[in-house]
Amino acid sequence: MTPFATFCLRMGDNALILGQRTGEWCGHAPVLEEDIAFANMGLDLIGQTQQWFGMIAEELGQSPDKLAFFRGEREYLNTLLVEQPNTDFAHALMRQYLFDAWHLPMLEGLVTSSNQQIAELAAKAVKEVRYHIDRSRDLIIRLGDGSDESHRRMQDALDWLWPFTADLLARDDADAALVAEGVIPEGERIATRFAQETAETFAKATLTAPEGPRRTGGRTGNHSEHMGYLLAVMQSVPRAHPDARW
Amino acid sequence: MYAQMVESGQAGTTDQDRAFQDKIDRNVRIEPRDWMPEGYRKTLLRQIGQHAHSEIVGQLPEGNWITRAPSLQRKAILLAKVQDEAGHGLYLYCAAETLGKSRDEMTRELLAGKAKYSSIFNYPTLTWADIGMVGWLVDGAAIMNQVPLQRCSYGPYSRAMIRICKEESFHQRQGFDIVRTLMEGTEDQKKMAQDAFNRWWWPAIMMFGPPDGDSVHSEQSMKWGIKLNSNDELRQKFVDQTVPQAEWLGLNVPDADLKWNEERQSYDFGTPDWDEFFAVIKGNGICNRERLDARNKAWDDGAWFRDGLMAHAEKNTHKIAAE
Repeated sequence: MTPFATFCLRMGDNALILGQRTGEWCGHAPVLEEDIAFANMGLDLIGQTQQWFGMIAEELGQSPDKLAFFRGEREYLNTLLVEQPNTDFAHALMRQYLFDAWHLPMLEGLVTSSNQQIAELAAKAVKEVRYHIDRSRDLIIRLGDGSDESHRRMQDALDWLWPFTADLLARDDADAALVAEGVIPEGERIATRFAQETAETFAKATLTAPEGPRRTGGRTGNHSEHMGYLLAVMQSVPRAHPDARW
Repeated sequence: MYAQMVESGQAGTTDQDRAFQDKIDRNVRIEPRDWMPEGYRKTLLRQIGQHAHSEIVGQLPEGNWITRAPSLQRKAILLAKVQDEAGHGLYLYCAAETLGKSRDEMTRELLAGKAKYSSIFNYPTLTWADIGMVGWLVDGAAIMNQVPLQRCSYGPYSRAMIRICKEESFHQRQGFDIVRTLMEGTEDQKKMAQDAFNRWWWPAIMMFGPPDGDSVHSEQSMKWGIKLNSNDELRQKFVDQTVPQAEWLGLNVPDADLKWNEERQSYDFGTPDWDEFFAVIKGNGICNRERLDARNKAWDDGAWFRDGLMAHAEKNTHKIAAE
């Protein structure tokens, strides 16, 4: 696979798997406004997935739906963070915020990509993601600096999810090739922005990012055990009827 | 029709009551600050509340398939649709709040099983074809009732309904489109569609509520301009509209008594199982317990979230006061 296809697949897989997790909340969120917000973010993410996959469909010889519903977990290249389960609403919010804190600088960098298609996609997606982070950052601060219980839950979610942010920030040869061509922003730039964003927000939220081991692997298809179940649910209907159109 | 068997209040006989009725007869909209009889206010609250709760509970049978929608496009459409339903719940709770009852109070009544929601959402969505049926038949039946309600006598309700109807007609078309695609597909897909149609047809017919002869609350609500057509009128209209669509799709309507009546220029059709309808209304449908349990769990599990936000707001108020 070319570096371009690898990158687009990683971006699309991140959006799809987070969209899938987000969609699980529908009808089960703590207030009606959150039901609406989660459905809305899920919708944005699935829309982005379609665009990322659409860009590489020809190169890979597979339609966006084929990419979504007929690849196994070892072929999925999303980061470990987005596949983490909806343990509670604090985990869902923290997962969203950490992703947004990486996604926004990435898309802002992609707006000036040397690849026209990517630049156009990013110009549209960045507007959606600015809204996502406005919302998620605000809730992290208010719940971190809220009641004792909301603080405890947000800290617990941060402790659990923070190690997976290493996977968001990881880089390999495919990325280096694209940076050299001006297709994607430099990793360091995104890592710096991510560190600033999260440091400011966690200070306001009275939360502390933990020290300790970091987890990577999702971007190369080494997932957590949650991933297989997520795909089993998501792919069940098309796989049961492989010849069908929907 | 998301409000069924709404208990109607009684009209008074004072000059004020007569003046109020006169306004309604002249098609003047009633607004929140206007005087209104207590019976009118209570009946509206029950009706709008039921409608709002139906939108909220209605997220569950459809949400059941968001994670399993069979294509990216279908997943996006379903997310958009369920988001719309939650939005409808929000407008309707707001409309009800103009009558003096808070969303929290209405939510508590729903969670305690004291407030009703439409019987239809107590049926399970077993296959992907069910999502097509919910859009085509359930939203189709709801629209029959909601289009006239755009002209209902209470301003905030009628305005909410104008917005809701625009979105619902899109929902119905997307449901029809799911079913059409299935019927143009493989043998398994066609079977899936017919099976879902067999299960949803009669519950959809029953959404309009009991036959007019047994509908004890209708008369006063119709005088007040809260209910604009009788249950049987709407049911007939639904059957007349839907049967030709089913035939075009190649689906068999599961009703041996269904036939075209040349004289009436309408379909004659069989009698639904009203015992089943009343059982569902009383809480003995297939999913009544699951639906209420799911809503209670969401509310209970979310208590820390709501409390946390309140605690933060209070801290901020103190900070501002201290500055």
